[in-house]
Amino acid sequence: MSRPAQTEKFQNPVVQWIDERLPIFTMLIKEYGVFPMPKNANYLWSFGGMALTMLIIMIVSGVVLAMSYTPHVDMAFNSVERIMRDVNYGWLLRYIHMNGASFFFIAVYIHIMRGLYFGSYKKPREILWIVGVVIFLLMMATAFMGYALPWSQMSGWGVTVITSLFAKFPLIGDGLVTWLWGGFSVDNPTLNRFFALHFLLPFVILGVVFIHVWALHITGSNNPAGVEPKSEKDTLPFHPYFTSKDGFALVVFLTVFLGTVFFAPLALTEFDHFKAYDSMVTPPHIVPEWYFLPFYAILKSFVYDFTVVLALLAMGGLLLAFPAAYVFFKGDKKKRDMAFMGLGALLGGLVLITLLAIATTHLEQPSAAAYLKVVIIPAALQGVLAMFGSILLLVVLPWIDCSPVKSARYRPIYKKCLLVLLISFITLGYTGAQLPEGWPVIAGQVATLYYFAHFLVILPYLARKEKTLPVPNSISEDPCCASKGN
Amino acid sequence: MYKKSLPLVLAALVAFSAPAPAAESVAPPKQHWHHQGVFGTYDKASLQRGFQVYKQVCSACHGMKLLSYRNLAGLGYNEDEIKAIAAEYTVVDGPNDDGDMFERAARPADRFKAPFANDKAARAANGGALPPDLSLVVKARHNHEDYIFALLTGYQNPPAGEEGLPGMSWNKYFAGHWISMAPPLVEGAVSYADGTDASVEQMAKDVTQFLAWAGEPHMEERKKMGIKVMLFMFVFAGIMLAAKRKVWAAVH
Ligand code: HEC
Ligand code: HEM
Repeated sequence: MSRPAQTEKFQNPVVQWIDERLPIFTMLIKEYGVFPMPKNANYLWSFGGMALTMLIIMIVSGVVLAMSYTPHVDMAFNSVERIMRDVNYGWLLRYIHMNGASFFFIAVYIHIMRGLYFGSYKKPREILWIVGVVIFLLMMATAFMGYALPWSQMSGWGVTVITSLFAKFPLIGDGLVTWLWGGFSVDNPTLNRFFALHFLLPFVILGVVFIHVWALHITGSNNPAGVEPKSEKDTLPFHPYFTSKDGFALVVFLTVFLGTVFFAPLALTEFDHFKAYDSMVTPPHIVPEWYFLPFYAILKSFVYDFTVVLALLAMGGLLLAFPAAYVFFKGDKKKRDMAFMGLGALLGGLVLITLLAIATTHLEQPSAAAYLKVVIIPAALQGVLAMFGSILLLVVLPWIDCSPVKSARYRPIYKKCLLVLLISFITLGYTGAQLPEGWPVIAGQVATLYYFAHFLVILPYLARKEKTLPVPNSISEDPCCASKGN
Repeated sequence: MYKKSLPLVLAALVAFSAPAPAAESVAPPKQHWHHQGVFGTYDKASLQRGFQVYKQVCSACHGMKLLSYRNLAGLGYNEDEIKAIAAEYTVVDGPNDDGDMFERAARPADRFKAPFANDKAARAANGGALPPDLSLVVKARHNHEDYIFALLTGYQNPPAGEEGLPGMSWNKYFAGHWISMAPPLVEGAVSYADGTDASVEQMAKDVTQFLAWAGEPHMEERKKMGIKVMLFMFVFAGIMLAAKRKVWAAVH
């Protein structure tokens, strides 16, 4: 193996010596010095760096908290209070860690919205995007288990409510929950494993973030115009241009974060989080942390069991759809066959689960009426599936939305639909915190419907039919960016 | 467009953080507290009066197990005063070298003495209801200080036709209104050393501030540090902005 002759790249002989053996400085310069950034990237491109900073803050504060924390059901709550009262600057550590989780999610939510708006998930960034969704899922798992650690009323009951959802899975449900709990109730083994995993997962996240950034540095950043840089005129070196820009944005973000830590540390927390867990006293209203509320609301939007009656009605509907498809696709045999196959698969699946549900139910007094009432998919299971589905949809988003235009700037209808999606998501966040009664339930159901319609109906439709605006040839020719100067 | 969406995201956060109303409870009126706001500090005189109320009234039923007598330094008591306060209580210690438990006067390092040996004893003495530990009660209730004050001053005659179980009282602000705590404060229940008139309102206000301090003893330190940190961050942000402007000045 022959290597290119090393030329002296660095003035400092120590740096040069190290770099010849481990080219870490060369790598840093390549990835963070001269790395070409689209010059029109705006402040929304600063949120990834903020999220990474929050991750590091969480790891550092978490490791120090762990030195004084006791993962035992009888001691956890008081050990956290001891951190608040007696450990030097323990109150600061805990408030940083507690609010840090919220600000981590704020940064990541804005980061994701940025991606949706400017089409950052599209070719060639599909893997980058999917790795991002994996990070989001890991963050949710980490934060959920971290919230359990103080073993407060909200901790214990939050864990009970969320883990019990897994019991809704048919056949394996009960075993799964016992396995998750490490016993027959939420107890010490649960807390112990949550602590072990809460300690571990952030480092897993760090590793996945590394892959995320690696993929980013292969494709380069997207930009508000959504056209790839064509020449050097379109880009600026990362340093000093984006180190200074991201640096400023980061300081502003951290100022808001620290302002919350020092002056409103409880603003984002439920008051029941300051009562020790008592398995005999159910809090009147169990609410997860704000960053889970939209998904919690999707979960709660499903209130009707899917019974045999409904399955029969659905089968009837599907049967009627065959002649309809026959007429609709009259001219195109290929499409017609596709439609038939799709409908057939749906019908077959429906028949199968219906039979399965009937076969696994033992009725005291079997009668036709009793069989009609057999539940195939309970409402709660629909909710669980929808909740996970709502996030998994993001994984396949690059293939759902195959419009060649990336930026919403040039997609007038997509832009409006995205705004409605944002409003739906905010609505879900609001209704998720309300008691499940009255208008919030309906508002949540409407918002859930839109969420799924947006991804499953509107995006595929728009990708084919939307009249997009003319996209600039290159970033430098983008009138929008030229007029602003940067 | 994305600029327009930012305020929306912020609005969303506000909406998320707004807590849901608890069932059938009345929102307590907002009070002004000496320790609220960015520069608010604890009113030490009021904390000491509040401690006196806790000690002479509430501690008959409610423990504060997260506090030690030494923590009373936060109210402005000196070491000797704290020793004297602690010495008013006897605690069980041991076992000694002979293997026996023994009683001794409490020391500053001891936890506040609990009124009951255990929760069962507490329930037995209170008609089945458990008087909660008060160490964190201000943080552990919706509306915090405002609620505690309202609760202590919110005892009223029940609406006509409503009758509670024996031993229950009607309180405007308690969720469900019927509470197992008889009105703990009556005019002149304590006589304040500093001569302050011990009206029910005054005692409620003082004990609420004491309980707020007990839940958040490092608040003053936190705010003091916060102000310095904020000033630093503002200057830091200014410098970063200037640097960014300078770097970008040539780009067009
Ligand atoms: C005679 C015993 C007794 C005394 C004295 C007493 N309490 Fe209570 N307290 C109780 C009981 C019992 C409860 C539980 C009430 C219930 O759950 O219905 C309670 C409940 C409370 C609550 C919780 C209410 C809620 O929202 O859950 C607070 C706060 C409180 N007391 C404060 C005080 C303060 C402050 C004092 C002193 C001024 C005091 N108490 C004196 C017996 C007492
Ligand atoms: C992805 C990064 C992380 C997130 C999102 C996160 C989230 C959380 C949350 C929401 C809590 C509950 C805080 C509270 O209500 O008091 C918590 C508590 C805790 N976390 Fe983390 N955490 C992260 C990283 C870590 C790491 C790396 C460690 C240790 C190695 C750690 C150790 C702890 C400990 C000991 C507690 C209990 C003390 C407390 O509640 O303040 N965390 N975490």
